[in-house]
Amino acid sequence: MPSNTDYLLAIEDLTVSFDGFKAVDELTLYVDKGELRVIIGPNGAGKTTVLDLISGKTRASSGSIRYNNVELTSMREHEIVRAGIGRKFQTPSIYEKLSVYENLEISYPWGRTVFGSLKFTRTKQVIDRIQDVAQQIFLSDMLETQAELLSHGQKQWLEIGMLLVQNPELIMLDEPVAGMTAKEREATAALLEKIAKERSIIIIEHDMDFVAKIADQVTVLHLGKILKQGSMDEVRDDPVVQEVYLGH
Amino acid sequence: MINPINQAESSFGKVLYERLFKNKEGLIAFAILAFVILIIFPTVLSPFRLNLTGKYLCYAFAAVGLVMCWGNAGILCLGQGLFFGAGGYCMAMFLKLEASDPESTAIQSTPGIPDFMDWNQVTELPWFWNPFKSLPLTIALIITLPALLAYILSVFYFKGRVSGVVFAILTQSMVACLWYFIVGNQGYFGGINGITDLKTLKGWDIRTEDAHYLLYYLCCFLLLFCILLSRYILSTRLGRVLIAQRDKEMRVRFSGYNITSFRIFIFCFAAVVSSIGGAMFTLQVGFMSPNLIGIVPSIDMVIFTAVGGRESLLGAVYGALAVNAAKTAFSEAYAAQWLFFYGATFIVIVLYLPKGLAGIYHDHIKKWIGKSMSSSKNNDGETPALVTEEKNAE
Ligand SMILES: Nc1ncnc2c1ncn2[C@@H]1O[C@H](COP(=O)(O)OP(=O)(O)O)[C@@H](O)[C@H]1O
Ligand SMILES: [Mg+2]
Repeated sequence: MPSNTDYLLAIEDLTVSFDGFKAVDELTLYVDKGELRVIIGPNGAGKTTVLDLISGKTRASSGSIRYNNVELTSMREHEIVRAGIGRKFQTPSIYEKLSVYENLEISYPWGRTVFGSLKFTRTKQVIDRIQDVAQQIFLSDMLETQAELLSHGQKQWLEIGMLLVQNPELIMLDEPVAGMTAKEREATAALLEKIAKERSIIIIEHDMDFVAKIADQVTVLHLGKILKQGSMDEVRDDPVVQEVYLGH
Repeated sequence: MINPINQAESSFGKVLYERLFKNKEGLIAFAILAFVILIIFPTVLSPFRLNLTGKYLCYAFAAVGLVMCWGNAGILCLGQGLFFGAGGYCMAMFLKLEASDPESTAIQSTPGIPDFMDWNQVTELPWFWNPFKSLPLTIALIITLPALLAYILSVFYFKGRVSGVVFAILTQSMVACLWYFIVGNQGYFGGINGITDLKTLKGWDIRTEDAHYLLYYLCCFLLLFCILLSRYILSTRLGRVLIAQRDKEMRVRFSGYNITSFRIFIFCFAAVVSSIGGAMFTLQVGFMSPNLIGIVPSIDMVIFTAVGGRESLLGAVYGALAVNAAKTAFSEAYAAQWLFFYGATFIVIVLYLPKGLAGIYHDHIKKWIGKSMSSSKNNDGETPALVTEEKNAE
């Protein structure tokens, strides 16, 4: 049994193998309360798989993931969410057939059982919360718009908004600015900085300029292992990192 | 569009109105269906044709169930006949017991039990027939038995995350099992002949013309009630979660929902609605047999739903009526060609009209109304009414 820690998230000796191929290999990683952690690494490094493991989408072969000292590796997805972890997928994952308002409302952390959602009513509290979030994600004028009509960047924001409505203590974002215009990236950076004040965030990102703008600590992942960890400048100056990653 | 802010402040009646009909258009469409089946059909059709229509409407229950679990929740069930049959057989067993009183079965070697049992050397009423001595218990079973069956048959699959085509095929094998079970247990369920010679319901002769009229109306009211209940469910957050998990299963899981219980719920709901249709079928047709609920009728039910538009509750009713009417008309005149025509229609619908009749209405007729409305400045209430009737007449 791993001992209790003060970390929000303590990943120890985490391994997952797909038919013998170790996508994540003896990974040990700690995230503090209130930290904004960025994970970078070349394609196929295992970044998305780490998020899959934390959120319960993929089962670990061995190792432990402890969140507030609670073991997550045996919990199911919705239990992990209810424990306070929210995630955004690499490709925007929203409900195309529903309106922006309805997309946000589904994430509202009330009545997530069958009978709870039959009884769910739009109280003032719910509506206020959704309008507040809509404003933060720059979509207040589009609450009634069907989600499939949004631009790619707006879809990314909407999914971030869905996480905000859910109000998790730890947010995990998989390439949140992929496919965004330069202007949208800037707005997103500002949004993430604001979000980060109230909670912990793990971001996976490719865009170096964007990472430099927001990161406290950067972890470089390569072949399922940590290659380097430190501030953005330290990481950028490391010759090994340059070779496997930045050199590309 | 519903304004979320207004909805929070509006009265109970208004909330219910919005939940059941969404807007004026929804109310009108519902009213038209009610008008057609409650007023037009009984006045225009001969008693024989009306009884036939009542039979089609029973299939509409199954189609409404499929709209809920397939159209809106993405769970294709190719074995809906199983639940239709559950209701149908419950009702048939009750009626059969009533028709098998000791006086009318005095010539049997064991009087007082259904005739097919006597023919198969069964000498005592099997224990599981006992509940069907009571009408309230039978009605309770028509509701609970399909729900229980649906729960048992789906819980392990949904927990194991079996879905899509694999689940659809499993449901088909389930209905095949039921068919073999009934056929194989001739002494207990009447076998391939089914349960026949049903005569009275609590002494009321269900074979007369008057009874057929009354049962037709009962069937209509129950169908309209099931549609409203389904609409209510779809209007709640549960309805949106169903659509959400149909389109983006993972996203819903990672919003903290346990999808399994939602799937089980809607699958059971669809089963209960179909079962009510099955019970009404037995009452109106006067018998129940395995060939009415096997693989082929189950696939027919999916076709009715696809033709009507798998996401449209009202479309399901029109689909069931249209396909069955066409089937009757064609197979009376050209029995041999019917199957080819039927297959071709289905292929055309799947390929070109994935939203069925409802899609034709929403994508074409409504636009056309919109155009003619803006030119003639009609109020928005009257024109759609006319057009939906045209659609229905097709
Ligand atoms: N479910 C899976 N089954 C088999 N291989 C997988 C699975 N998920 C990921 N992988 C493999 O693991 C490696 C890491 O993938 P991923 O975590 O998506 O990388 P990235 O760092 O680009 O997000 C890849 O080689 C990928 O093919
Ligand atoms: Mg990835």
